[in-house]
Amino acid sequence: MTSATKHVPSPLPYFLVFGGLLVLTMTTVLVASVPLGPWHTTVALAIAVVKASLIVLFFMHGLESSRLTWMVVVAAVLWLAIMLGGTFSDYMTRDFDEKQIRKQTSLSIYLGEPVA
Amino acid sequence: MAISNPPLAHHFENLEQQHEANTLGMWMFLATEVLFFGGLFTAYAICRWHFPEDFQAASERLIVWLGAVNTAVLICSSLTMALAIYSARIGNRKTQVGFLAATMILGSVFLGIKVVEYTTDYNEWLIPGVRFDWSKALDHSHGQSVNPQHAELFFVFYFIMTLLHAIHMIVGLGVLLVLLVLSFRGRYGPAYYTPLEVAGLYWHFVDIIWVFLFPLLYLIRH
Repeated sequence: MTSATKHVPSPLPYFLVFGGLLVLTMTTVLVASVPLGPWHTTVALAIAVVKASLIVLFFMHGLESSRLTWMVVVAAVLWLAIMLGGTFSDYMTRDFDEKQIRKQTSLSIYLGEPVA
Repeated sequence: MAISNPPLAHHFENLEQQHEANTLGMWMFLATEVLFFGGLFTAYAICRWHFPEDFQAASERLIVWLGAVNTAVLICSSLTMALAIYSARIGNRKTQVGFLAATMILGSVFLGIKVVEYTTDYNEWLIPGVRFDWSKALDHSHGQSVNPQHAELFFVFYFIMTLLHAIHMIVGLGVLLVLLVLSFRGRYGPAYYTPLEVAGLYWHFVDIIWVFLFPLLYLIRH
């Protein structure tokens, strides 16, 4: 429970988080020019998630928030994960052994096509 | 004014309950915003998955340092927003008003830099559907292998996502303007600062959106 009359935290964490966010921003720019092969997007997104977490926990007072508030936060992330996960479980598997599957379709069996 | 419009609305037990309900309501709105932008991020991911090289070539047309500066500007504005709320909590009206004004100035600087970027994009024939010509926009370090339509698709995402983000910034600035006036009149203090907190949640959320937009649009490397 956030209370208007309870303790007021020190502003120091805000400045530390601010510094951390700037350092992470510089890191993500510099890392983009490092040869990482296919890992660029993963690293960039990992840094973005850390930055977002810092903002939620400190600037948005996540650390002081009630469990009910956290339930809403977790629900938002969960629904996003379902949308991305569901979509990509489709797109990433579309070409998956497509030829193998085609060989065994009932239509080709019915038509008596030769199995290559 | 204090009598005709007291901080505690009549349907709440006390200020603490009201604060909890108000912040929870904003968080629920932000959850819908996550899915609102999430749909665009998903569509972007699908198209980039299909055309990685074209998206990278298109992304390299953006000015990385301007995007990085804008990221820093937004982070600064998040700090000043947090400090404005902190000022209200310790009862310092002067710094509260000052930090709110600083947040608005930084937000305006962000939008100004965005206008500079959009102008450059216009001059370089990178506005999809309106003024797009990849052959004129072509960076000579890259060959003809890029499919212009796929590059245009990248810019469709770039403009829709950054414009939607900019609209959120403009709405935020409007909210902050109202709060600035009320804060100047001494409406908020240690006992009651909920509107500042709720507006802050929104402002920081818009910052988070940009934290994801910046690497995904400006820093595509494979």
